[in-house]
Amino acid sequence: MSLVTEEKAASAASDATLLRRKADVILPILIFGCLLCVPFIARLGSESYVLSLMTRVVILATAAIALDLLIGQAGMISLGHAAYLGIGTYAVGILAAHGITNIAIIVPLALVAGVIFSFATGIIAIRSQGAYFIMITLAFGQMLFFVVTALAQYGGDDGMTLSARSDLFGIEIFKSDRSLYFVAFGFLLAMYLLLRRIVHSHFGRVLAGTRENEVRMQAIGFKPMQYRLCAYVIAGTVTALAGVLLANQANFVSPSTMTWQRSAELMFIVVLGGVGSLHGVILGAAVFLIGEEYLAQWTEHWPIVFGPLLILTVFFARNGLIALFPGSGRRL
Amino acid sequence: MSPTLAAVQLLNGIQLGLILFLIAAGLTLVFGVMDFLNLAHGVQYMIGAYLLATIAAATGSYVVGLLLALPAALLLGLALELLIFRHLYSRSHLDQVLATFGVIIFLSEAVRMIWGVSPISVDIPPALSGAIELFDGLNYPVWRIVIISSGLAVAALLYVVVGHTRLGMLIRAGSTSADMVSALGVNIKLLFRLVFGFGAMLAGFAGAIIAPLLSVEPGMGDNVLILAFVVIVVGGIGSIRGAFIAAILVGIVETLGRSIAVPLLKLMLDPAAASQSGRAVAPMLVYILMAATLAVRPAGLFPVRR
Repeated sequence: MSLVTEEKAASAASDATLLRRKADVILPILIFGCLLCVPFIARLGSESYVLSLMTRVVILATAAIALDLLIGQAGMISLGHAAYLGIGTYAVGILAAHGITNIAIIVPLALVAGVIFSFATGIIAIRSQGAYFIMITLAFGQMLFFVVTALAQYGGDDGMTLSARSDLFGIEIFKSDRSLYFVAFGFLLAMYLLLRRIVHSHFGRVLAGTRENEVRMQAIGFKPMQYRLCAYVIAGTVTALAGVLLANQANFVSPSTMTWQRSAELMFIVVLGGVGSLHGVILGAAVFLIGEEYLAQWTEHWPIVFGPLLILTVFFARNGLIALFPGSGRRL
Repeated sequence: MSPTLAAVQLLNGIQLGLILFLIAAGLTLVFGVMDFLNLAHGVQYMIGAYLLATIAAATGSYVVGLLLALPAALLLGLALELLIFRHLYSRSHLDQVLATFGVIIFLSEAVRMIWGVSPISVDIPPALSGAIELFDGLNYPVWRIVIISSGLAVAALLYVVVGHTRLGMLIRAGSTSADMVSALGVNIKLLFRLVFGFGAMLAGFAGAIIAPLLSVEPGMGDNVLILAFVVIVVGGIGSIRGAFIAAILVGIVETLGRSIAVPLLKLMLDPAAASQSGRAVAPMLVYILMAATLAVRPAGLFPVRR
């Protein structure tokens, strides 16, 4: 190879890295910029409708990027992730039933509940891999689902309507839809930055190494189990906190939040956005929820269209929406 | 609880266990042989029940319903395999979960559109209705005995076919090294398709035979699917023997748990608290059983060596 072509190849390679680095910075800024504009654009149309839809997008995006830490980074395909959303919503609902609406009490309790459930189920689930892990997480999620349907005093099957949104020592911080949106947006941004930091940290690299080759990681002295459990607890806890916001958005708490179908939807959001790309997953959440909303308005039998769409996505759009953007190569 | 009631609950548990076995057997065979995780398996159980309900109502005969519903369930399984599932064998489990979830969504909604949301009831064939006295003071419904005996018959059939015939040998060999079996001149794709169709038919059979005891409704496949997953995880994926033992175990724990949890807790707690916590604890029991099994044996009770 001549010197000139070598130089050309080198500069092309560095161009590609540059492009990728740009996409990794510019695209997230663009996405969060758009999300930040939502409340101002919403005023032009039916404000509360747009805000409630977009608040759901932001909250479920938070749950989905947490799931992506597991699927994309650690290769742990959890099919019980909605259980953690449920833990957060029931923290709000159960405390509200006892007259406690202070977010300063709800959030720590949701956090603790999230840590306890993810640790207790994780310690059993992480020992298994592949299909076993999928089925075990599914079973644990269902376990929690059946428990809350049996809680007759907290609404049982029917769930319960919240009389008021959470407050902070009596200050009604969630009073307007707009302030709730901004809090949910801030939480998504914070969790995005946190998870992004985790992915690029030493911890994240070990996690990815464990996904690639567990034996090799063990051989060079890491204990993959501890890393996997830790990731599992982080993902569960972040999602439990998102659940607190979800209860406030819906003003309603019911077992339907934690059905396994909901877990599969979260998984679909991750795949739709692009496995392993956190900002891609946010995009996936937006497209999924807005698309679902459109389909539902179009026909009451929307699942008859949605099912085949899902299958086609799996068949033909393997790399997710993120692959549509130049430079956004899948990290996997 | 009186001994008679306990015996009835035990028999009911075995009966549920055998239904779970019929579903789990197909699920675990397909997973063991093709490494294919099929969430839509529960839908095949639901469709079996709907097909039977419709044909039995139209012809007035349960037997005709069963005779027609079984091949229909088989054909549906083969059609799904041909259209969708065969493209997923080489894909990741993640893709398999999502695509089969799409199949569930589609078929569940199709069932709602065709049959509506209200439950359909199916009559027990008159000759097999009523109860017989098993022993002194214990009357047991004939239909449940029919379910138990047909479940046992299928288990025996599977045991012989998979364990002791040339076909079974090829299936077992195909599950460990498909390429080698194929190189020996066996049409492995046809073999896989056969296993798949048979598994779908077993799930359809389970739905058809349980239909007179339950109301046939959309979503009936979902809960059963999760229990079937618990069964194959506890039994060890790919093992028919494991699925059989785990299914009976799960069936008994599930049934007895619901009747024993409250009285048992009443010994320790006051009645109101006992019935409250009993209702919450009972549905957890099978999952606790699963967790306990996996804590001791991470690959299930009868892991299949690969």
